[in-house]
Amino acid sequence: MSLKRTPLYNKHKEAGADVVEFFGWEMPMTYTKLEDEHLAVRQAAGLFDVSHMGEIYVEGPDSAAFMKKMFTNDLEKLEDGAIAYGFFLTETGGIVDDLLVYRRNKDSYLLVVNASNCDKDDAWLRAHEEGYDIVIDNRSDDIAEVAIQGPKAQEILQKITDFDLESLPFFHFKEDVVVAGVSTLISRTGYTGEDGFEIYFGNDDAEKIWDALFEAGEGVLKPAGLGCRDTLRFEAGLPLYGNELDDKTSPLEAGFGIFVSKEGDFIGSDVMKAQRAGELNKKLVGLELVDRGIARHGYPVYDLEENEIGVVTTGYKSPSLNKVIANAIINKDGPSLDDEVLIGVRKKKVRAKVINKYYLRKNTKK
Amino acid sequence: MSNLYFTEDHEWLRVEGDKAYVGITDFAQEQLGDIVYVELPEEDDEVAAGDSVGVVESVKSASDVLAPASGRVVEVNEDLEDSPELINEDAMGNWIVALELSDKEELSALMDEEDYKAFLGEEA
Repeated sequence: MSLKRTPLYNKHKEAGADVVEFFGWEMPMTYTKLEDEHLAVRQAAGLFDVSHMGEIYVEGPDSAAFMKKMFTNDLEKLEDGAIAYGFFLTETGGIVDDLLVYRRNKDSYLLVVNASNCDKDDAWLRAHEEGYDIVIDNRSDDIAEVAIQGPKAQEILQKITDFDLESLPFFHFKEDVVVAGVSTLISRTGYTGEDGFEIYFGNDDAEKIWDALFEAGEGVLKPAGLGCRDTLRFEAGLPLYGNELDDKTSPLEAGFGIFVSKEGDFIGSDVMKAQRAGELNKKLVGLELVDRGIARHGYPVYDLEENEIGVVTTGYKSPSLNKVIANAIINKDGPSLDDEVLIGVRKKKVRAKVINKYYLRKNTKK
Repeated sequence: MSNLYFTEDHEWLRVEGDKAYVGITDFAQEQLGDIVYVELPEEDDEVAAGDSVGVVESVKSASDVLAPASGRVVEVNEDLEDSPELINEDAMGNWIVALELSDKEELSALMDEEDYKAFLGEEA
């Protein structure tokens, strides 16, 4: 199977990016250095090409009822123009995918899903559509997306649009916003823990938007690759499917129960109710290494008696904090805050301490 | 004959008396980016050519340092524990481990500097 390219592929090559394979896509890992791109987003602004993300529209008279069955979060309480984060679950409570749902109106929803799961999500939705008067329209191949993130994001984007960005609250969106002469959808969302926007538009306009943003952000805005996308989201306590989330882990076990409706009747809701009633087996904790070493995804976690109790889901030397930190999913009855654990780093077992998993204060807008 | 050898995995080995110092090449450090941690082996570890004698880690990834030739670890560069960035600053000047080689004949399988430069040219 040949690899897919986003409409910004040539821009990445021109900028000297290290382009790597990412779930069937050729994506920029870094343009300069991961740490520099990471800090640019924290301190000023970075621009990510996230055109690989999937966009699926669910529309029609039964779409509210259909989404209620498929999605863990409550969309009925959501106003038009607002966005909810949540999950598709399997019947046994594992996670099919995590996604954003943009409520256009009660009969129309835009689902933004992981590139790695887009085909699976599409099939999952279609496998359950029978009996609902809806249309599932997967427009992932036609829609491009960039994310401008960081404290200077609004200032830069405002230079190339007449729409008053200040009026857009966090987790809200606006359609038909003209940016650099192009009609776009803008949301105040992101995956970095910083303020910022995600902008959706047709593939043909991608280079125009990309260039206009860099012109508006000259000297401030930097291109940012998938490398720092992962370190940024990790520091902000945001999960990644395949790391913190998978089909063997429930959102409650991963610590994201607030995105699972307590009353809702969705696929997997019985398991969620049972887990809330006490049948929870695992939990996600934050760890800081006490000994030298770097804990990475997949490394085993042990208690001090060296019994294996879990696994590292993401670990890095944090570019913002300059400390080695890691997320781990461990047994529910395992160590808690300030307790020590051991992490298997190749042949050695190194000590780590359980810390608050929100490593960094988020700077997103209210 | 020079005392400096190279591997296709971008390690270098410099023979000085009874010891052979091992590091990674400038090309390797460039590929890795900022090195944030170096894991050193224990002294007296016996390694065969191709075994791991350490790990260099960037934010993004961990890469094994492979022994260019067989021997016993007789010294490790502890400066790298606190200052892993020394490898970025001068990869050829900062060795990672020193080996006492068990079979100097193995060196004939390695590249000299000229061959390594040609090898890099082919890779690029």
